[in-house]
Amino acid sequence: MTPLFHLLAVQAADPEVIDRIPSGYSHFVIPFTIGITFMLCWIGVGCIRLLAAIPQSDRLKFWKSLFLPKTIIKNLKDLFGDCLLHVKIWQRKPLLGYMHSAIAFGWFMLIVLGHIEVALFVPARLNVTRGGLFYPIFYRYFVWMNPGHTTLRGSFFFFLMDFFLLYVLSGIALAMFKRFRSIVLGMRHTTKPSLADRVALYSLWMIFPLRLLAESFTADLSGGSFLTVGVNHFWHLLFGDKLWFTPCWWAYSICLGLFFAAMPFSRYMHILTEVLWILLRNAGIQPHHPRKGVAEAEIYACSSCGLCLDACPMNVQKKNLKYSSVYFIRFLRRHNEKKINAIADKCLMCDKCHALCPVGVDAPALRRAQRATVNNSLPYDYSYLPSACAGQLSEQKVLYFAGCMTHLTPRIIKAVDRVFKAAGVEYAFADRDGGICCGRPLMLAGKTEAASKVIEANKKLIVESGCDTLVLSCPICYKIFKDEYHLEGIKVVHYTQFINDLIASGKLKVEKIDEKIVYHDPCELGRGCGVYYEPRAALGQAGTLVKASKEYDESVCCGGSLGSLTLDTRDRARISESSLEILLAEDPETIVTACPLCLKTFSEAVSNSRLPRKNVAVKDFAEVFCR
Amino acid sequence: MVDFGFGLVPSSRINLDLFDKDKYEELAAVEPDVRICMACGSCTAVCTAGKFSTTSLREAIEDIKNAQPAKAVEMLQACQLCGKCSMVCPRGINTRHLILSITKTYSTK
Ligand code: SF4
Ligand code: SF4
Ligand code: SF4
Ligand code: SF4
Repeated sequence: MTPLFHLLAVQAADPEVIDRIPSGYSHFVIPFTIGITFMLCWIGVGCIRLLAAIPQSDRLKFWKSLFLPKTIIKNLKDLFGDCLLHVKIWQRKPLLGYMHSAIAFGWFMLIVLGHIEVALFVPARLNVTRGGLFYPIFYRYFVWMNPGHTTLRGSFFFFLMDFFLLYVLSGIALAMFKRFRSIVLGMRHTTKPSLADRVALYSLWMIFPLRLLAESFTADLSGGSFLTVGVNHFWHLLFGDKLWFTPCWWAYSICLGLFFAAMPFSRYMHILTEVLWILLRNAGIQPHHPRKGVAEAEIYACSSCGLCLDACPMNVQKKNLKYSSVYFIRFLRRHNEKKINAIADKCLMCDKCHALCPVGVDAPALRRAQRATVNNSLPYDYSYLPSACAGQLSEQKVLYFAGCMTHLTPRIIKAVDRVFKAAGVEYAFADRDGGICCGRPLMLAGKTEAASKVIEANKKLIVESGCDTLVLSCPICYKIFKDEYHLEGIKVVHYTQFINDLIASGKLKVEKIDEKIVYHDPCELGRGCGVYYEPRAALGQAGTLVKASKEYDESVCCGGSLGSLTLDTRDRARISESSLEILLAEDPETIVTACPLCLKTFSEAVSNSRLPRKNVAVKDFAEVFCR
Repeated sequence: MVDFGFGLVPSSRINLDLFDKDKYEELAAVEPDVRICMACGSCTAVCTAGKFSTTSLREAIEDIKNAQPAKAVEMLQACQLCGKCSMVCPRGINTRHLILSITKTYSTK
């Protein structure tokens, strides 16, 4: 140690920082350089392949979006919020959010600040031919602080670097802790890491402690702040003046190299693919295939964080964990066709995993696309549709479409009729004598083409009726009428919205009685169409609204969903039961829902359940307003 | 032999010799519920497609057991997968998956 010091002191001149090693190179940088080069080539080729695989029009849309001020702002916001600070995780699980943001944002800041330091003190080294790839990363190894020339600026950077290193280290410590005790960070289930995941994980754990070790060993040469200098003193106490720092820098470099080499095969690829996915997502490009093009960016953007495990209603039973989105995505990556199909068919399409995913991976849409690869080509024959949907001009401006499910629960039709009569709404009943399906179940099953035929037929019927408002009592219908029908000039509303408007405008008089009501958000209405407010506003006028233990976008599927193709009755019953428990958290007298399927499912669940609360009433939304 | 003019329409004659056990087991492997149908006809009573065509899940299941899968597949082509049948089936059969599976297993296309 000391000889080096002497040697350098001879060349000491005025500058604050001296390029200690003239060649700007040492053998220990090799592992890191190989690793990072491999990873950069991999991602470069991947990006080109991906952009080549998306349709020409989408590609154009993508390039254009990069220059639109609106998307630029959204991109920046999402990149900072989602990739670095992990705001979405913070909001739900603060400790977990801290962990993710400490590692992501802390590391990002270390890289950026490292480069700024090089740019300020030894700018020539930023040049790639002069070691720009590795020099800023191992900056502390290559430089020597000129004693007595340290400026405030220099110390400020020392402080920042140490601060962010400590920040990352705290995140890593939490991550290690989480591996063994995940529940502390608010996660009941965590994912099983694959082999590459493990290599990357353990090297990631090692990187920062080794960095601290390496930088603290070098601290009396290259300087440091509270952390590195402090630890350096400790080493001196322990080992005296014998500080072997080269092995530490080697180990640090090897860990970095290993991490980057394993990265493309591990979940950590999400750190970079997430950026691409956010840009594509904000450009508004939709996947057409469960694996190719945009979907590829999407599935590689999944960080395997496992938040979708606890979100999924199927996971009330441990045996169903394997059907979660995180595994669906993992098998998509591995092209495991058999498993992909089995998982794709199981899901209830409740969209909760999508709503809660910190990177916004739309796994249900990918599942739909996957189902379509199998089911879209199945034969169908809808030659009867024209006779089923002969349009009829009606005088009424309001058209009510009940849909298949509502026809099986006619109490809803009766209630809607009574409410409409009470409010003086003249309406025409589109499928009074039964109609055809809205097409959403076909769509969910991946029979996209068949669905478009049904949609066309229904659309004709509605347009020819001459109505200006279409009211739907089934959220499944509402979702598809809103998203796929493109009924120009016709207002499509769910009856919860319509009735709330009737109350607000004073047409419908509501009497408030002393009844504790809990409202269940149907999946297709809440997460599917974002209708959370209106039903609650209306119900608040009729009784006392109490909370469920999970509501709004956290609400849990009733278990009756048409989304799943293979989930059996027993599994569904378990979901209904746990969902019921969530609703009964504050002892309501009445459960109100706004979906015929939920109504039927909960009615049955209440009478079958082992819970002691058999006296709770299950009502449809409209029934509350015609007491 | 004297032809009295009586006879079955060939297409509706049930010939159990033609029953393809392997195919049926294949179907039952992907959707075991096919075995528990009791032919009550509830599904047919509510069927959305059945209002406009001759679709009947009950009949389709019978057709398969009667070695006439082509009839079953054709009948189910009008199905809209609306799910009403699954809501009423007293046996809790996953009818929509059964319909898809019948089509997948027996479709000649
Ligand atoms: S899909 Fe989303 S929530 Fe699920 S593991 Fe991937 S990133 Fe996490
Ligand atoms: S859509 Fe719902 S049921 Fe399907 S995987 Fe996501 S959370 Fe689970
Ligand atoms: S899913 Fe098909 S068979 Fe069942 S009721 Fe609907 S149209 Fe009929
Ligand atoms: S309702 Fe169920 S048990 Fe009855 S015939 Fe249909 S499938 Fe069979």
